[in-house]
Amino acid sequence: MTDSKYFTTTKKGEIFELKAELNSDKKEKKKEAVKKVIASMTVGKDVSALFPDVVNCMQTDNLELKKLVYLYLMNYAKSQPDMAIMAVNTFVKDCEDPNPLIRALAVRTMGCIRVDKITEYLCEPLRKCLKDEDPYVRKTAAVCVAKLHDINAQLVEDQGFLDTLKDLISDSNPMVVANAVAALSEIAESHPSSNLLDLNPQSINKLLTALNECTEWGQIFILDCLANYTPKDDREAQSICERVTPRLSHANSAVVLSAVKVLMKFMEMLSKDLDYYGTLLKKLAPPLVTLLSAEPELQYVALRNINLIVQKRPEVLKHEMKVFFVKYNDPIYVKLEKLDIMIRLASQANIAQVLAELKEYATEVDVDFVRKAVRAIGRCAIKVEQSAERCVSTLLDLIQTKVNYVVQEAIVVIKDIFRKYPNKYESVIATLCENLDSLDEPEARAAMIWIVGEYAERIDNADELLESFLEGFHDESTQVQLQLLTAIVKLFLKKPTETQELVQQVLSLATQDSDNPDLRDRGYIYWRLLSTDPVAAKEVVLAEKPLISEETDLIEPTLLDELICYIGTLASVYHKPPSAFVEGGRGVVHKSLPPRTASSESTESPETAPAGAPPGEQLDTVPTQGDLLGDLLNLDLGPPVSGPPLATSAVQMGAVDLLGGGLDSLMGDEPEGIGAPSFVAPPAAAVPANLGAPMGSGLSDLFDLTSGVGTLSGSYVAPKAVWLPAMKAKGLEISGTFTRQAGSISMDLQLTNKALQVMTDFAIQFNRNSFGLAPAAPLQVHAPLSPTQTVEISLPLSTAGSVMKTEPLNSLQVAVKNNIDVFYFSTLYPLHILFVEDGKMDRQVFLATWKDIPNENEAQFQIRDCPLNAEAVSSRLQSSSIFTVARRNVEGQDMLYQSLKLTNGIWVLAELRIQPGNPSFTLSLKCRAPEVSQHVYQAYETILKN
Amino acid sequence: MSLGEYEKHWKSVVSQSVCDYFFEAQEKAADVENVPPVISTPHHYLISIYRDKLFFVSVIQTEVPPLFVIEFLHRVADTFQDYFGECSEAAIKDNVVIVYELLEEMLDNGFPLATESNILKELIKPPTILRSVVNSITGSSNVGDTLPTGQLSNIPWRRAGVKYTNNEAYFDVVEEIDAIIDKSGSTVFAEIQGVIDACIKLSGMPDLSLSFMNPRLLDDVSFHPCIRFKRWESERVLSFIPPDGNFRLISYRVSSQNLVAIPVYVKHSISFKENSSCGRFDITIGPKQNMGKTIEAITVTVHMPKVVLNMNLTPTQGSYTFDPVTKVLTWDVGKITPQKLPSLKGLVNLQSGAPKPEENPSLNIQFKIQQLAISGLKVNRLDMYGEKYKPFKGVKYVTKAGKFQVRT
Repeated sequence: MTDSKYFTTTKKGEIFELKAELNSDKKEKKKEAVKKVIASMTVGKDVSALFPDVVNCMQTDNLELKKLVYLYLMNYAKSQPDMAIMAVNTFVKDCEDPNPLIRALAVRTMGCIRVDKITEYLCEPLRKCLKDEDPYVRKTAAVCVAKLHDINAQLVEDQGFLDTLKDLISDSNPMVVANAVAALSEIAESHPSSNLLDLNPQSINKLLTALNECTEWGQIFILDCLANYTPKDDREAQSICERVTPRLSHANSAVVLSAVKVLMKFMEMLSKDLDYYGTLLKKLAPPLVTLLSAEPELQYVALRNINLIVQKRPEVLKHEMKVFFVKYNDPIYVKLEKLDIMIRLASQANIAQVLAELKEYATEVDVDFVRKAVRAIGRCAIKVEQSAERCVSTLLDLIQTKVNYVVQEAIVVIKDIFRKYPNKYESVIATLCENLDSLDEPEARAAMIWIVGEYAERIDNADELLESFLEGFHDESTQVQLQLLTAIVKLFLKKPTETQELVQQVLSLATQDSDNPDLRDRGYIYWRLLSTDPVAAKEVVLAEKPLISEETDLIEPTLLDELICYIGTLASVYHKPPSAFVEGGRGVVHKSLPPRTASSESTESPETAPAGAPPGEQLDTVPTQGDLLGDLLNLDLGPPVSGPPLATSAVQMGAVDLLGGGLDSLMGDEPEGIGAPSFVAPPAAAVPANLGAPMGSGLSDLFDLTSGVGTLSGSYVAPKAVWLPAMKAKGLEISGTFTRQAGSISMDLQLTNKALQVMTDFAIQFNRNSFGLAPAAPLQVHAPLSPTQTVEISLPLSTAGSVMKTEPLNSLQVAVKNNIDVFYFSTLYPLHILFVEDGKMDRQVFLATWKDIPNENEAQFQIRDCPLNAEAVSSRLQSSSIFTVARRNVEGQDMLYQSLKLTNGIWVLAELRIQPGNPSFTLSLKCRAPEVSQHVYQAYETILKN
Repeated sequence: MSLGEYEKHWKSVVSQSVCDYFFEAQEKAADVENVPPVISTPHHYLISIYRDKLFFVSVIQTEVPPLFVIEFLHRVADTFQDYFGECSEAAIKDNVVIVYELLEEMLDNGFPLATESNILKELIKPPTILRSVVNSITGSSNVGDTLPTGQLSNIPWRRAGVKYTNNEAYFDVVEEIDAIIDKSGSTVFAEIQGVIDACIKLSGMPDLSLSFMNPRLLDDVSFHPCIRFKRWESERVLSFIPPDGNFRLISYRVSSQNLVAIPVYVKHSISFKENSSCGRFDITIGPKQNMGKTIEAITVTVHMPKVVLNMNLTPTQGSYTFDPVTKVLTWDVGKITPQKLPSLKGLVNLQSGAPKPEENPSLNIQFKIQQLAISGLKVNRLDMYGEKYKPFKGVKYVTKAGKFQVRT
């Protein structure tokens, strides 16, 4: 007799039959019937029609039957709220039952019935249960408070349940304490400002006592709660650490990781000279390694966290390299994470082993993994200088395998090695050149071209090699085209005599035959540089390149510190702070590591040791991950700082015809050249009249200014919102919004004085932000602001401020000062204020760019409930500088292809699919900086729905 | 949470359509084992485990530690295994109401309630044929109506009033060797994953102390909550009041290279000729550092490259199979007799015209050695306090291959 029989009832008359059985006099038949109902419910059948019949079975002394009915009630009460009321009396009665199991069950179930009317009746029984003599009932009731709070927060506060819950932290039973902590933590999540978990040394002590005695799950809640506490000094931190370390030997990996979080955080406060600090470091390694022998899912989460831990404290696992060696039957998600950590742990001591492993991986089957392994070899070379030579020879071995993707990956990383160790490994260039023909991925082609250009003087047939690429110039991706242009210019500057024709050819291809503005811009820059001031050209193009940093994907130190506080959470898996992905940003508090206390370390003042990291460590690497600016000139144009002393070996310059006038100045005699420069201007068709304008004025105005019809009308302006409430700013209330009109951005502010004194001396400042927004003029409030007075100000903004990637991307932190104090607030700006008016892309360029941007960068969104048709959409978006480049009708759907450009030059390409009669649109965005897509989508939403 | 097509909601109801994101990820991963365990969707997070050919997926709305969820899901699977003897779709379907009752007891509002098998079994009796017959005759129920005694005591893992006529305490010391051996036969990486599983059937409230001859070996251990950590720290003795029945007492890891003996060696020569549609395959297995014990139950599994069409081999002992679809070669060797080492050799047929395979297949070795803990760990004695009777005691040792891989 198995339960599968419950699934086999015939459809016809099923409900009717069940109804009859439910109303049967026989207990056993009733129970069987309820079981059938539950079975149907679990597979998604609708059995809500049986509600009154099932509820009738509730009054029973058979516990199993009661439980089953409760299960049913929880599921259907929402759809039958009136019926659910019928059950209330039984619940209230059950809460008084002499059997604690039934009392607990009743209060637990009531909390799960998410019907407003029921919650009123719940309060009294809940109050009793919270004070019940039986701890089993109390601990169940504690959870119920959290449930009730989720349904009706106000009610919970009004009824004083929060205080009762706080009292339970001091309960004598550890399980009750753990549940109270769990419930309070959950409630606190939605009330970030409330001081629900007001921890002090006494309550910490209670938690630590309960920690030893409660269940594993309770331990997790308590540890996570402890992690939010900031000990008052290093002694307290140490004593908490001592009591937490035994948890590292727990069989439950979640307990272990939560304990690691507490220790990693509190260690921050301990002096590194302390013996205990060393002991603690040693204790951390074994449990972390043990996590790696667990199930693959656990391993994955552990590895993501270990990745953070080794960035923060590499010493913890520096001797454990081998446990990260990849086993061939590890799931791919585990393999990739292990590889990442191997590189982080690579050092001179273990590099030989690591390289041998990586070489092994490079012959595996999985393409993604192999590629990453090859890249890893390159990263090792850059990280551990002593190993560079061995890495290069390993890469050469791999190139010999002729496996296409291995060769391409290897060439990409060798380029980086050349940049890190210039003039050291050029002997391998010949081998690389042999593989020229097999390269079909843009990144590999671009890397190869860069190498040829960079070392043009040593490659005899550099001109032939580059020329061979030139043949299919227009079929190449932008990346390759840009690289080719630069490489040929480099070649020309190095061997001017033989390559004149080539450089002329590429310049004309780039400027006249190309629709890509980036390419044209760069072509013009070179052309003009070469014709007006070849000395400068040499200084710019052949400038010494800044060294690339050792590790390319380090997490930025402040973010890392924040993430350390989130060890074991989803944030640690995604390596993003919760504010970046938690729904609606509800209740997100930024956490930070505690500052090291001065009591034992008087030499180190708090300013010099922010977040405890030694200042030296923070400086030596530049994380490049957050580089949003999309480096217009790619990697070959370093900042034109202090170029190398000019080579004086420029010979036979006179013979150069086309660029002759300018090139003469390479000799350095006459900076002005000989009379009028004989620069041959490109055909006028391609270059408007303002060619002579100074270069700095923005090459963008070379193109297509007229296409932005109607852009002057200005983009959508959101209504003003309160940014700084008066109670937080001693009476000053600020509300505002952002506008963009005729190409200028401004912040429209409304300042209201709600204090009793007059306000004067206003000033405003922005923190560094993603797009360099900064006030273009001081904040001008002409007259003093008297009480109750309001003033409206429009503050012009520029995008020339300093740039730092913020999280979220569009957040802006603002400081406002007046005669009373300085106030801080932060706000989000809509991205469309950054859409520039010349953001219309040429159709061809659009097509090429769309293909060129890798598919991983594509993001898809749904815009729901938008009643507009394609024309209306197009014109509305255009007024906010989102331009429709082309429109197509495919199978009755309108496809709009749109482009927009941000103030920092990032292009975003969009495909908007509109089905007539369907108010939901599908928006696909492609952008080289995919981080912006989400915000662009929001801009679409805002513009279309207002 | 949904089990295949079964779902249970603890808080507000989440639409089933959220699972589509999971199915999408499942389709994208070529192999079921490669489905990422944490998937983000616009409004939820999906955390899943893959066990016994089933996916257990939970839908997360707020920030919850993922390990917490994964551990819990494994615990759910363990419980099903424990209750139904197997954790399979059929078992779940056959016992769907018990499954539902169990889930209800295991979790409340996202907080785990009772996850110890001892306690659950007091709340909900596991199904047995006898019981369901008795129940249907007497009308009694399989749900307990008293508060599980362990729930609130300081020893939540043990129920009260345990009675046995034969009092027994057995321990299994099981060690698995994880190793990567390179082409030349030297050890790239090796460690031992050990566990001590206990089967304790003792009446009353026994208090046990287990001591070892060489406790120093155990420096990286994970304990069952019943173990008194302080005693271990100070005396290196495992002191505990055990749960009733089967449970894992400790797990440990021995990694220091010189302690990890590698009991077998493999001689191999796998070669593919350039521009020819065949290759040669030849492997031989022999004993090494086996402490004088017999190595048995050896199997060798090899994932051959895709271009391999078929294999024509001759084993000196045991039998082999080659699956031309999955390209997996399995050789069931049996045990090693040192006088005549087992070998498997012959020809490999390749797809004609295809380039010779780049990657060399890894050999995956399984084996078993009875009566040996390869780390040398030995139990010294087991003492019982708190009860008067004399229990039967026993310790068994076994060493197995874990993830034991030989590169070629």
